Amino acid sequence: MSMFSRRAAARALVIAVPLALAAMPSALFAQSSTEAIRVTDAWLRETAPGQTAGGGFLTIANSGKVDDRLTGGGSPRAAQVQVHDMRMEGGVMRMRPLDSGLPLPVGRTATLKPGGLHLMLIGLKQPLKRGERVPVALTFARAGKVTVDFIVQPITHGTGGRHDHH
Amino acid sequence: MTTTDPLARPNPAPEPAPKAAAWLRRLRPWLWGATGLACLGLGALLAQHWLPAATSQSETAIGGQFSLVDRDGRIVTPQTLRGTPYAIFFGFTRCPDVCPTTLARLARLRGLMGPDGERLRIIFVSVDAAHDRPADVGAYVDLFGTPILGLTGSEQQIEEAARAFRVYYRNVSLPGGGDTIDHSAFVILMDRDGHFKSLLSDQDSEQQALAELRALIA
Repeated sequence: MSMFSRRAAARALVIAVPLALAAMPSALFAQSSTEAIRVTDAWLRETAPGQTAGGGFLTIANSGKVDDRLTGGGSPRAAQVQVHDMRMEGGVMRMRPLDSGLPLPVGRTATLKPGGLHLMLIGLKQPLKRGERVPVALTFARAGKVTVDFIVQPITHGTGGRHDHH
Repeated sequence: MTTTDPLARPNPAPEPAPKAAAWLRRLRPWLWGATGLACLGLGALLAQHWLPAATSQSETAIGGQFSLVDRDGRIVTPQTLRGTPYAIFFGFTRCPDVCPTTLARLARLRGLMGPDGERLRIIFVSVDAAHDRPADVGAYVDLFGTPILGLTGSEQQIEEAARAFRVYYRNVSLPGGGDTIDHSAFVILMDRDGHFKSLLSDQDSEQQALAELRALIA
């Protein structure tokens, strides 16, 4: 397939997809979009009893043909799952939800890791214990719901140990 | 400026120059006076701004009376902490990132200090009076695998401690409901007599931080 025809095909898709969306059952759509969004290295930070929120980290690659956006998610273990950004301003930590979600342009990979972007599991129903697997249904603007098993890691995981580079 | 300026000669009215000079001469003491006053004022302002910071930051600006509660309900004050140098950090247990990262770093640094690390106390103060009970803070610090003293208190007690350590914190409502707390993210190092030693920031390299901690317990 030549470059030109591929681009033409992509253009046709851009027109066809929204049209098809209206008619397609949402389950089918979610299934087809999972191939476009690839999630790896998904982990949650363990929490203590009484701790009502926890952080989640992951790498998301958009290998699909349309720009997408991670808007949030849900989990049986939390009341809410939000996408947050953490910034240091003059020595003060400020954490805010990303109002319009995390942009995932075609071909890009987004890394949510300690020190910046993260998922925030709010209203934890019970502590996240290290070693357990917790399902989180991530919500994407285009790809719909993608359910991923997150592994609960020790609280010190990914915080700049000997093997991390700064 | 001089009155013998050759360019002034063709001027049909040469008087203004000497007149201006006379004016200036008469004004001169006043101008000097005003300049002097301005200097004094500026000096006073600068002194007010910089001197307290320069002379007392290392001694009195950080530190002061506070009274917090440990997991068992025991009161912790500067007096009860006397004798052991400590690294103190303020945060909250719902803090997903900077708090675990900072405490994990302190725990790791203490490990790198070897047996000397036992002479350093690590303290975590929750500023989240609404959510974190003393026992919650205790359970939270247990996750780090090294002894950390978890403290909190009533809103007034937390406010007092934050003021003593010059720590900023503010509860912020989030648009989608819920709330978070903006807070200072530096670690404060206090010596065994309860005097301020230095600050650790996440910008310090591990070597720098380690040197600071070693100097603290020396």
